[in-house]
Amino acid sequence: MEEKILFELDSLYRDNMRIKGYTFGSGEKSACIVGATRGNEVQQVYICSRLISILEQLEIQGKIKAGKSVMIVPSVNPYSMNIGKRFWSTDNTDINRMFPGYDLGETTQKIADGVFRNVSNFRFGIQFASFYMQGSFIPHVRMMKTGFEDIELAKDFGLPYIFRREARPYDTTTLNYNWQIWETKAFSVYTNATDSIDSESAAEVINAVLSFLNKQGIIEYNCHEGYISKFIEGQELVNVKTSTAGFFIRHAAVNARVRKGDLLAEIVDPYSGKSIDSITSPVNGIVFFHADQPVIYSHTPLYRIIPTDDLI
Amino acid sequence: MVQTIASVDLPIDETLKIQKNHLIPQEGLKGGEKRISIVTGTHGDELEGQYVCYELQRRIREDYSSLTGIVDVYPAVNPLGIDSITRGIPGFDLDMNRLFPGSENGSMPEYIASKIIDDLSGSAAVIDIHASNIFLEEIPQVRINELSKDTLVPMAKKLNLDYIWIHSSATVLESTLAYSLNVIGTPTLVVEMGVGMRITKKYGDQLVDGIFALMKELGIWSGEVKEPKEPIISEDGEVSFINAGSSGVFVPNVGHWKNVKKGDHIGDILNPLTGEISERIHAETDGIVFTLREYPIVSEGSLIARILA
Repeated sequence: MEEKILFELDSLYRDNMRIKGYTFGSGEKSACIVGATRGNEVQQVYICSRLISILEQLEIQGKIKAGKSVMIVPSVNPYSMNIGKRFWSTDNTDINRMFPGYDLGETTQKIADGVFRNVSNFRFGIQFASFYMQGSFIPHVRMMKTGFEDIELAKDFGLPYIFRREARPYDTTTLNYNWQIWETKAFSVYTNATDSIDSESAAEVINAVLSFLNKQGIIEYNCHEGYISKFIEGQELVNVKTSTAGFFIRHAAVNARVRKGDLLAEIVDPYSGKSIDSITSPVNGIVFFHADQPVIYSHTPLYRIIPTDDLI
Repeated sequence: MVQTIASVDLPIDETLKIQKNHLIPQEGLKGGEKRISIVTGTHGDELEGQYVCYELQRRIREDYSSLTGIVDVYPAVNPLGIDSITRGIPGFDLDMNRLFPGSENGSMPEYIASKIIDDLSGSAAVIDIHASNIFLEEIPQVRINELSKDTLVPMAKKLNLDYIWIHSSATVLESTLAYSLNVIGTPTLVVEMGVGMRITKKYGDQLVDGIFALMKELGIWSGEVKEPKEPIISEDGEVSFINAGSSGVFVPNVGHWKNVKKGDHIGDILNPLTGEISERIHAETDGIVFTLREYPIVSEGSLIARILA
């Protein structure tokens, strides 16, 4: 294992910010794995730390294939994590909206540039990303429709789902998008936690990444191959919103199979304690995402459901 | 007449309302009147537009009979942000000006964004007023995407501002309020002036003079207006950027909106711990400093100044 500082930012009032990469094996730049780009992505750093520990052992055992290398960058934003902020510590900009970066630009553009120079030109790029809304997902590989995405390859992760959505204008400055434009096969992997450690879903994702690297001939690792992934397009999902605000009392969890009309959640008046709205499923299906904040605004999407015909 | 264009219930006994004041001619509407919309407060830390909204309406009330069209004033499209001194949308940490055109079926911010677009659509002109941020001071200027320059530059010239910056198109900017409106045929001008968390009355008065000039041009105002000043117009290639090469405390040595010569001393980045100068900053070109660092603490890369050659 080689530990290397990929980018260092001098600071007057704090210790310098060091973005570190951990490389295993040598030769071809086979796969790059990036953890947190935001300060609250604790689960993403945790998963990277577990992968670093496992790959270090595999390397000692000679199980990184000859001529292949894997680099893991656990965090590109340790400054924000150390002070409990999601976005950049001074101007609140989002490093994952600054790629490919600009070395003569603003601070977060320089950081993105410093990172991208080191993480580009790999065959595969894997990012552990998070959603802007607080909530839980079924672990999945998420891809943007750019014309460069490779759905068949994504199945090698063996996660339950591969989710593809249309790219929006602001996506063009994300790491994933720029990896794809610069010919790295890029995948965003979502687990069901962000600002807390969920070791169970972390283990599922760690197995998925190692299984993927194994199938690409980069490492030698014995593990189960996971699921035969189901591919879903963003527009297939059914959004369930609330028209009322209050306490969000959730009844259905991710992965639950629900029937049309089943109670998914209740909205409770925060003063009277009365149930003021019942959120029911509009379709038969499987819960792909649910919000998990204790209090919610009206117009909040609470659930995303994969519709199914085969409900028992 | 104050109208609510979108409302969202918050969890604990509060309703978020996006409101506008809808001003029509004294004698009522006859049909066919044009409408100008003044929008501000997308970023909760940008307050220059608050004074403009007040002053515009104060002057209209003084001579109400001269109003011949519709004026819609939206002082706070991100009211939670303004109230909590938060640039983005509190609770979501999202930049509202990257959410447009929004979605009727989306989350609360996307829903509000879609309602704002619906309400502004069809205006003869929209003025989207911004105030830089807390870090930079800007001269009163209009920023125009090169894709819309043919329509917007003639209108921008009426606004009595110092500078029109025609910038290149960037995909990421397609999520802004201005882009989303321009693309559906509602001409929208982005004004940047002053600095975040402050009101510069002089700039506000200057812009209000310009809004009346534009209203007269559009047939919305029949009263007297001031002749707009002739702005400097430039494109990207004529603008140079100066960024900090080190962290520290920036102390300027030049004034805002002043001429500089190549090699002139723009300012210093100081180290208060050692009492040394970390970096002396010099102009790399002749020109006018139209953006100047306001917030003293800088990191590597922080924008110090923009100079128009």
